[in-house]
Amino acid sequence: MGQWPLVAGQIFNGFSVASLYVLAALGLALSFGLMRVINMAHGEMLMLGGYLAYLTLQVVPGPLGILAAMPVAFLGAAAVGAVLETALIKRLSARPLDTLLATWGVSLILQQAARNIFGAIGVDVRAPEWLNHAYTVPSGLFEGLTIPATRLFILAVAFAVMGALSLLLASTRIGLLVRAVNQDRGMAAAAGINVRAVDLSVFCLGTGIAGLAGVVLALLGPVTPNVGQSYVVPAFLVVVLGGLGSLRGTAIASLIVGLFSALVQILVDVSLAQVLLLLFVIGFIQFRPQGVVAVRSRALDA
Amino acid sequence: MDMGMRKETPLSGGPVTGGMARAAIGRPMALWLALVALAALAPWLVSAYELNLLARFLAMALLAMGLVLVWGQGGVLSLGQGVFFGLGGYAIAMHMKLAALGDGDLPDFMVWSGLDALPWWWVPFKSPLVALLGVVLVPGALAALFSWAVFRRRVGGVYFALITQALALAFATLLISQQPSTGGFNGLTDFQTVMGVELGTPAANHGLYWLTLALVVGVFVALRALMASRYGTLLRAIRDGENRIRFLGYDPTPFKVVAFTIGAVLAGLAGALFTLHAGVVSPALVGVVPSIEMVIWVAVGGRNSLAGAVAGTLAVNLAKDGVSSAFPDLWLYALGLVFVLVVTLLPGGLAGLVADTTATPWGKRLKSLVVGGSK
Repeated sequence: MGQWPLVAGQIFNGFSVASLYVLAALGLALSFGLMRVINMAHGEMLMLGGYLAYLTLQVVPGPLGILAAMPVAFLGAAAVGAVLETALIKRLSARPLDTLLATWGVSLILQQAARNIFGAIGVDVRAPEWLNHAYTVPSGLFEGLTIPATRLFILAVAFAVMGALSLLLASTRIGLLVRAVNQDRGMAAAAGINVRAVDLSVFCLGTGIAGLAGVVLALLGPVTPNVGQSYVVPAFLVVVLGGLGSLRGTAIASLIVGLFSALVQILVDVSLAQVLLLLFVIGFIQFRPQGVVAVRSRALDA
Repeated sequence: MDMGMRKETPLSGGPVTGGMARAAIGRPMALWLALVALAALAPWLVSAYELNLLARFLAMALLAMGLVLVWGQGGVLSLGQGVFFGLGGYAIAMHMKLAALGDGDLPDFMVWSGLDALPWWWVPFKSPLVALLGVVLVPGALAALFSWAVFRRRVGGVYFALITQALALAFATLLISQQPSTGGFNGLTDFQTVMGVELGTPAANHGLYWLTLALVVGVFVALRALMASRYGTLLRAIRDGENRIRFLGYDPTPFKVVAFTIGAVLAGLAGALFTLHAGVVSPALVGVVPSIEMVIWVAVGGRNSLAGAVAGTLAVNLAKDGVSSAFPDLWLYALGLVFVLVVTLLPGGLAGLVADTTATPWGKRLKSLVVGGSK
């Protein structure tokens, strides 16, 4: 195996990591754009999705179990999101930093609950047969390059979610309301839009997508009580890079973070890659503090 | 009109104004002195084990007071204080490891990992002066550079909190992965002497305790003065309306950078003292989770009150020590609940509660009974 398959393999890895980040970060970015709050328990929505996938597969074994798990995880995480939003985040909406701390408390409780229910070691979700193989390039420049089917599946899920979401935002009535509140909350409220309902539905949608991400995550490794934590910090950096509440910005930022981590890992180990990623983010905001895609606004404190 | 704009609502309480400072003369002052005197007598009042705990918690209280300046007064939430705590701790720990060795010898864990020469960045810490300076200068310099790079581009608030959390994650992972030169997951431990003083003897323990207590008192007084100064007023003004301060012709960046740097220096000092008391420094003390726990000490005590921060640090850590050894599972539920409840119901923390209580007619009478003198 020469150098090219290695680089191509890492680029492919970068894309598949990026698709996980985009699924994890979309919910964060959407509600951040709308409400200026970050939900630190978002990683636990991934975890929840993973455990729900595990439970669904106990009930529905067989090749289609994983497909059945996706709506279950989506709805389960969205329901928990609804509780979280109405019980906590709504009350703290004018204090973003306090929301950060309170939701961190929720994250601690959810992690410990998972530890008590499912054990600290974690549970395995076996990929079905139709995902349990890999494609290997037989000859040519990229000879030896192996692409596991699960990774392709993750890419497909990410693209499907992105497509559905942009369709929802661009051409439905709900999307219109979301965009209106995103642009000018006060004006939207004055025009008779139920701003609170929009907040709640976007938040639920975001946690639901995170639940979905948890299902695909479960295909890659065991679901542990702190599986969400390892994905959520890069997802936070994606939000920082992406710009306020922009779908396109989040997608591009995920790609940047995913590809950067994957390519840097050709040269250095994982921990140094993390340090370099952080330096990259700090460097990036020197040039574009408003993020990849800046949403134009006249609001000074936006 | 932009009702969509959401600002951090300024929380009540906090600013140590001239009025409060003046009121502190007289009987309240005597109360403080009595409290400090009682703390100074602790070596004869409590067991050696309890003294060690108290010393550790007081060291952490230094960091907590720094957070009052950074978070309470400056409105800058740092989820990465553990990094600076760790830098201070490792600086002194590296010196103690080297001081115990002969010329040309290597610390034991380096030998086991097959290193045959001291990494270059260890070498200067052989000198006690460099180590002592390193405790404050390394965290201070890193914090100044880092926060200047972020604040000068007007990135703050939630973004800054998330970036500092990433910093904590990166630092802890780096420490663990560079096992041959950092001691990895186990960190650095097994210290014998510091600056020629043998550790572990009662005399050394008492001395270190008093040193910590003296620093806590000194930092308390200094930060109180700083918060009452013109700088403190401007820092709070920036917290409450950064753009208004800009329009008045000030550049907020240096104010925030200075606050963050002072917070980091105090964290480094806290880390070094904690390492001396605990006899160990390891990545488990510096990562994402411990860093955010540091914030909750201050949230419990009161983010705008120095005394509250000290009390909160002692209270949370005593509770942790009591609960987590008996019921480790319960502790995380309790901690999670504390995060949620303090932030939603008690944003002013214990100090806010005290202030609210003493504002009631019944409380005023009680207060005049205890400290007297007030209207």
